[in-house]
Amino acid sequence: MNDLQPGLPQLIIILGYLAILLLLGLSSSLLFKGTKKDFQVASHSIGPFFLLMSLFGTTMTAFALVGSSGEAFKEGIGVYGMLASSSGIIHSLCFFVIGVKVWKIARNNGYTTQIEFFRDRLDNDFIGLLLFPILVGLVIPYLLIGVMASGTVIQSLTAGLSPEWFEATKPDGTIIKALNGGVPPYLGSLMVCIVVLVYVFFGGMRGTTWANTLQTMVFMVLGLVTFVVIAMKLGGTESLFENLKVLGESIPDDKATRSEMSKTKFFTYLLIPLSVGMFPHLFQHWMTAKSSSSFKVPVICHPLFIMIVWVPCVLVGVWATGDTINIPPTLSPNALLPFLVKKLTSPILAGFLAAGILAAIMSSLDSQFLCIGTMFTNDIVTHYKGKENVSDRQTVLYTRSFIIGIVAVTYVLSLFDPKSVFALGVWCFSGFSALFPIVLAALYWRGLSAMGAIAGVLAAIASWSYMFYQALQSDTLRTYVLDLPIGEETYDVMPVVGMLGSSLIAMVVVSLITPKPKPETLAKFFPAQ
Amino acid sequence: MTGSSKAASKGVWIISGLVVLLLILHQDNWNWESDTLVFGFMPIGLFWHACISLGASLTWALATFIAWPFGDDGQAFQENNQQEAGK
Repeated sequence: MNDLQPGLPQLIIILGYLAILLLLGLSSSLLFKGTKKDFQVASHSIGPFFLLMSLFGTTMTAFALVGSSGEAFKEGIGVYGMLASSSGIIHSLCFFVIGVKVWKIARNNGYTTQIEFFRDRLDNDFIGLLLFPILVGLVIPYLLIGVMASGTVIQSLTAGLSPEWFEATKPDGTIIKALNGGVPPYLGSLMVCIVVLVYVFFGGMRGTTWANTLQTMVFMVLGLVTFVVIAMKLGGTESLFENLKVLGESIPDDKATRSEMSKTKFFTYLLIPLSVGMFPHLFQHWMTAKSSSSFKVPVICHPLFIMIVWVPCVLVGVWATGDTINIPPTLSPNALLPFLVKKLTSPILAGFLAAGILAAIMSSLDSQFLCIGTMFTNDIVTHYKGKENVSDRQTVLYTRSFIIGIVAVTYVLSLFDPKSVFALGVWCFSGFSALFPIVLAALYWRGLSAMGAIAGVLAAIASWSYMFYQALQSDTLRTYVLDLPIGEETYDVMPVVGMLGSSLIAMVVVSLITPKPKPETLAKFFPAQ
Repeated sequence: MTGSSKAASKGVWIISGLVVLLLILHQDNWNWESDTLVFGFMPIGLFWHACISLGASLTWALATFIAWPFGDDGQAFQENNQQEAGK
């Protein structure tokens, strides 16, 4: 196999993996019942195991494998506490406090999207029109990141395949050696978009759930295998444990501790995972659950799964800062894992790792495409045409058409190569977190009024826009923090604190002074115990 | 308030307390600058937070026993689904 054209084994494995996904999606369509409920929420038939795998796969993007090792390489071991253990606590909290309750209400009232829930709960149509562009606008950069990352991963791991056809050059015409000959991003992204489109189009939510389950297993197993292989190569002894010790001792002090990390930034990062409570694609996955008890396994296992994926990746990232390997100083942190795999392992493992990274990317993309298609259909078309005027068959047709449209738009946007979109990740998450008080209050506070919710959404988006503008002006999109002066000290806090705080205050104050929803509406959402 | 809802309410308080405890332990300022390697290979800051992940998992496991808000409602909804499909 090593005599083959460089990049070819990787390409064969990637194509094989994409073919398996297509088969899986098409097989799931054999069970399709032709109804709206079956296409959008798999007829609420998903049990605990599939729910766990699909929720975990949807929340973990390529960042879980590539970004975690890259960030650890840059910042040290503190990224695990900042991004992973915090998510382990908060994501499950959201599944428990928001997911289970919203599932019950939505099942009783037939909702599939968040907007259907908010419109009914607040007795207000405008809240839907307000939330729709915000939710779609916050998901689209997230989609773009996935589509663009898939093209980049395929290109870097198939480099050398065909330097004549796929020349990779810088704007000044010099060859980029690490990428030259690799499948170009426009082609790699197109392959991924088509595969996801096919299995979402034919399989709907069932196809998405099956594919997510397979993809979650693939990236978890491949992450662990990569960790062991890299440890054995870098450590240089026969024993895994001895190698771990050698590598542990090689980590420089500033990466083995958090001496360079702000404590207040670390603390306020805890608010970012609250975004999970308002992700529209996660809401739709919650609706697939067979019963409220189906949530038990995901609630328990989610923090463990995060640990299984993140701890090895963070260790690999900090090992790379030691003296056991030379990392080129120009290497981008996000390219660290592909670099180590290419340098230290075989083309076969590199091909499988590419499949693992693509699995992590696609397991989020599919849910997001399906969710946006569902929102366009249910919250705009069906809502304004009237439910009675749209048949199940038409609903499925509209959802599929919107999915094709959104895949096409995302792919075309990705061709403009808006690299700055990568810096938007944490801003999108912060935007969703800023909306968290609205969903929490809608479920647990009878006093929430429509005007209060609208004020909260407007305050969230106004504060988001203001801080985003400030960050753009100062060219600090990735590093922007708020300065919080207390006494003579000034502390760094994440911008999400300001966004969430303003949304919460506006929502509570306006709710207290404006009329509450009608008693019959409240009775529907807060039945007497 | 019935006996079972009283127990569930007590369970919610216990789980709330444990979550707050996890959030406090998450801000482990005492490990901030320690370069101790646990088992000879794992930086203590990483090991501590891996334990927080385990603690979170155990807390949520306990929540499913003592603070779960609903009984098993799947059967009722499945029957409802079948009735709808039969119409």
